[in-house]
Amino acid sequence: MRIGVFVCHCGTNIAGTVDSRGIAARAAELKDVVHTEDLLYTCSEPGQSAIQKAIIEKGLTRVVVAACSPHMHEVTFRRTVEGAGLNPFLFEMANIREHCSWIHDDYGLATEKAYEILKMSVAKVRQLEALVPNEVSVNKDVLVIGGGVAGIQTALDLADAGLKVTIVERETTIGGTMARLDKTFPTIDCSACILTPRMVDAAQHENIEIMAYCEVDKVQGYVGNFTVDIRKKAAMVDWVKCIGCEICMQKCPAKAPDVFNVGLAETKAIYIPFPQAVPKRAAIQVEHCRWFQQGKCKVCERVCPADAIDYEQQDEYVQKEFGAIVMATGLDVFPWEQHYHEYGSGNIPDVISGLQYERMLNASGPTSGHVVRPSTQGIKGQEPEEPKTVVFIQCVGSRDESVGRPYCSSVCCMYTAKQAILTKSHAGMDTEVYVFYIDIRATGKGYEEFVKRAQTEFNVKYVRGRVSKLYEDVIDGSRKVMVRGVDTLLGKQVEVAADLVVLASGITAADGAAQLAQKLNISYDEYGFFKESHPKLRPLETNTAGVFLAGACQSPKDIPTAVAQASGTAAKVLGLLSRDKLKTSPQIAIVEQNRCVSCWKCVEVCPFSAPQKQEQRDGTYLSHIIETVCQGCGICVATCPVNCITLKGFTTDAIIDQIEELLLA
Amino acid sequence: MAQATDMRQAAGTTPPDAEDEVKVVGIVCNWCSYAGADGAGTARLKQEFEMRLLRVPCTGRIDPLFAIKAFEKGADGVLISGCHPGDCHYSEGNYYARRKFELLDRMLPFLGVESDRFEYTWVSASEAARWQKVVNEFVGKVKALGPREGRAL
Repeated sequence: MRIGVFVCHCGTNIAGTVDSRGIAARAAELKDVVHTEDLLYTCSEPGQSAIQKAIIEKGLTRVVVAACSPHMHEVTFRRTVEGAGLNPFLFEMANIREHCSWIHDDYGLATEKAYEILKMSVAKVRQLEALVPNEVSVNKDVLVIGGGVAGIQTALDLADAGLKVTIVERETTIGGTMARLDKTFPTIDCSACILTPRMVDAAQHENIEIMAYCEVDKVQGYVGNFTVDIRKKAAMVDWVKCIGCEICMQKCPAKAPDVFNVGLAETKAIYIPFPQAVPKRAAIQVEHCRWFQQGKCKVCERVCPADAIDYEQQDEYVQKEFGAIVMATGLDVFPWEQHYHEYGSGNIPDVISGLQYERMLNASGPTSGHVVRPSTQGIKGQEPEEPKTVVFIQCVGSRDESVGRPYCSSVCCMYTAKQAILTKSHAGMDTEVYVFYIDIRATGKGYEEFVKRAQTEFNVKYVRGRVSKLYEDVIDGSRKVMVRGVDTLLGKQVEVAADLVVLASGITAADGAAQLAQKLNISYDEYGFFKESHPKLRPLETNTAGVFLAGACQSPKDIPTAVAQASGTAAKVLGLLSRDKLKTSPQIAIVEQNRCVSCWKCVEVCPFSAPQKQEQRDGTYLSHIIETVCQGCGICVATCPVNCITLKGFTTDAIIDQIEELLLA
Repeated sequence: MAQATDMRQAAGTTPPDAEDEVKVVGIVCNWCSYAGADGAGTARLKQEFEMRLLRVPCTGRIDPLFAIKAFEKGADGVLISGCHPGDCHYSEGNYYARRKFELLDRMLPFLGVESDRFEYTWVSASEAARWQKVVNEFVGKVKALGPREGRAL
C-alpha cells in the first residue's frame, strides 16, 4: 500500500492557524505513507495536477487530502484521483478547516489537532477498497409540489423540453401567492396579466398534469425511482362534471370566510377562489356547509346544471412514479396577529396586513380596487370611507428577534414602496402616506430607483424608526388609529393619526413545510425553509438526491428571483434525467451470506426494503441486499447480531482504526 | 472483521495519560450534525479544542460498542449526534440509534464510566450555533471530570 498525503493551506484559511507544511512533513512518518506534500490551494488546477502527478510518478494506491469539509470538495478530489487512474473510493478527506482552523485560535494546539485529524484519515484510507458504482434505470417523469409561480415555471420549462410533469397543488387552484397580488414591483405590472396566462399554459400543456386539491401523502424510493402516494382531497364536487359556472356559489346560502381574500370578505361554503382559477372547479368547505353541518339545504345540488355535486365523495389515493421531485411549496404570511399585541393583535379593524391591502387594491378583490377603511365597510346607508392618511409599517415579522424572526423577508421594502405609490394613485395624490422603516433594502434591478420614485415623485414620507404602539382614538369626532413611533433621524417621538395602517408582514415558510420535508427526508431550517445542499455549489439541490428546490420554499424571495431559480432548477432536473441510467453510490451494505443466521433483523429495520430473503440452492433463505436499492445508511450493519453485514466505505474496521489511531498516544 | 471481534473482548489497558488534557470522540451523522459542525466552522464559531470527529452516514450505523471501544482505548468522553427525531435522512436511523444509546447511557456507569462522559444529542445541518453550544458544554463537563486515569473501561 502506497499512501499519498496532501495538506492544503487554503491561502491563510488553514495555514493561518495550522502549520500545513509541518503536518505534511510529519505525516511521512505514518505507516504506508510514501509521499507527502503541502499545497497552497489543493482544489485549484495546480493543486489537482500535483495530486495526479504524484499518483502517477510515485505509484500511489491511496490518497488523503487534508483540507476543507468533504461536503465541499470530496466529489472534486474523487474526480481528481480518478483522472490519474486511481479508483475514486480509495480517497479520504481530513477536514482541518471547518473542524479545526476556523474554530480555533491557538496555532500550536490547532496544528496538533489537525495532525490528529489527518492521522485518523490515514488510518481510514488504509481500510478502503476500490468500489464501482452500479447503474439503475431512470423514470423521466417529474413531480412538482406546489403550483405557484415557481412551480409553474419549472413545470413549463420541463414540459417544453419534453418531460412529463405532474403539479400537485393543495389548494383548489394553482397560482399560489402571486395570484393574490395586484401589481408587481418595480414595474407596477399587473400581476394577473403575467401569471394567469402561464396558469392556462400549464393547464393546456400536453406534458403537464395538474392535480389540484391534492397533497403528497407518502414518498418512497430514491433518485430516478420515487414512488409517491398522492391524496386527492374530497371536494364534494365531481370535477370531471363541474364546468366552473359559479351558479352554485351564487345560490349557496351559507357564508364562509374568504381565505383567498385574507378574510377581508366572505365567500360561500361552496366556492371557487377567484375568477381566473385553474382548474376552475368548485369545492365545498364542509365545516361551513349547511348540508354537512345541519343536514338540510342541498341548494347547490339543485342548481348545478352539470349534476356535479357529490356529497358522498371520499378522499382518494393514487400512486405515481417519478424520477425527480421539485419542491415549490412557497410561503405564508407571518401571522402577526399572534405576536404583535402592541399593534392590536388584529382587533383594530383599520390595521391590516400587506397581503390584505394587496387584495383591497385588486380590481377583482373585495372592494373592487377601492382603497377604503375596513371599519367603515358594510354599514347600511353609508358609503365606505376613503382614508386620508395611510401609514405603512415595515419589518413586521421580519428582522425582529423578539418574535423569533431574525431574518429579512426580502420583499417587504419593495412591496411597501409599490403599495405606497398605488395608494396615491387609487385614493388620490393628496393622501398622506407615511412609511416607518428600519433600513430600505432595495437591491434588485431597478429597485432603488423605484423607492426613490415613491419618495420624490409620489411624495411618500419615509420615517426611519420603529412603531411602538398602535391604538384607536377619536380625534375631532372621527375614529383614528394612532401610530406612536420614533424618528431616529430626528431623534424624537412622532405620532401620526392614521385612517388606515398597513403592516408589511414578513414571509414565513408555508404551513406544513416541515412535515412535508420529513416525508421527503430533506433538511429544513428552524423556520421551516428547506435547506439547499450548498449555498453556492449546489443551491438548487437538496441533500436528498433527486429532490430539488424552487422559489420561496427555500428562503423568502421576490418573483424575479423565484422564477429565475425555478428555471435553473428545471435545467438541473433536465441534466439529471437526460441520462437513461443513473450511477448509484457504491458505498452500500453487503451481506456475508455464509455467516447469515436468517434472523431477518436487517429486513425489519431497513427503511428502503433493500435486504431480501434470497432462496438458496438447498431451499433455505439467507439475507441478500439489493445493491441498487440500498442507500448506504448502515442501520442493518449496526443491527445484525452476528456482524455479517459490512458497509462499504464505512466498515467497522475503518471506524475502529480511526478511534484507535486517535487514542493510542 | 478481526478487529470487530477484538472489540468485543475486553482486552488491553489504556496507558494513563500523563497530562491533564482530556480526549473526546464525537461520532456524527453525515447529513445533520457533521454538516452542522461544518456550518459552525464556516461561521467561525469558536469551540473547545478537545473534540475529534468521526463521520458515519447515519447514527443508525453506530454500534454502541464503538463508544465502549473509545472508552477502552482511553477516551475521556464520547458524544454522538445526529438528525433530530423525525428528520433522519434515511427516515428512521436515528430512532434505532436512540434506543441503543439510551441503553448505553444507562449501562456505562455500571462499567465505571461516569454518565457525564457520554451523551447523545441531535443537531441539524442548520444549527451551527447549537453545535457550538453542544460541543462546548459537553467538553466542559468532561474537562470538569478530568482524564479517566488507570482504567481499562
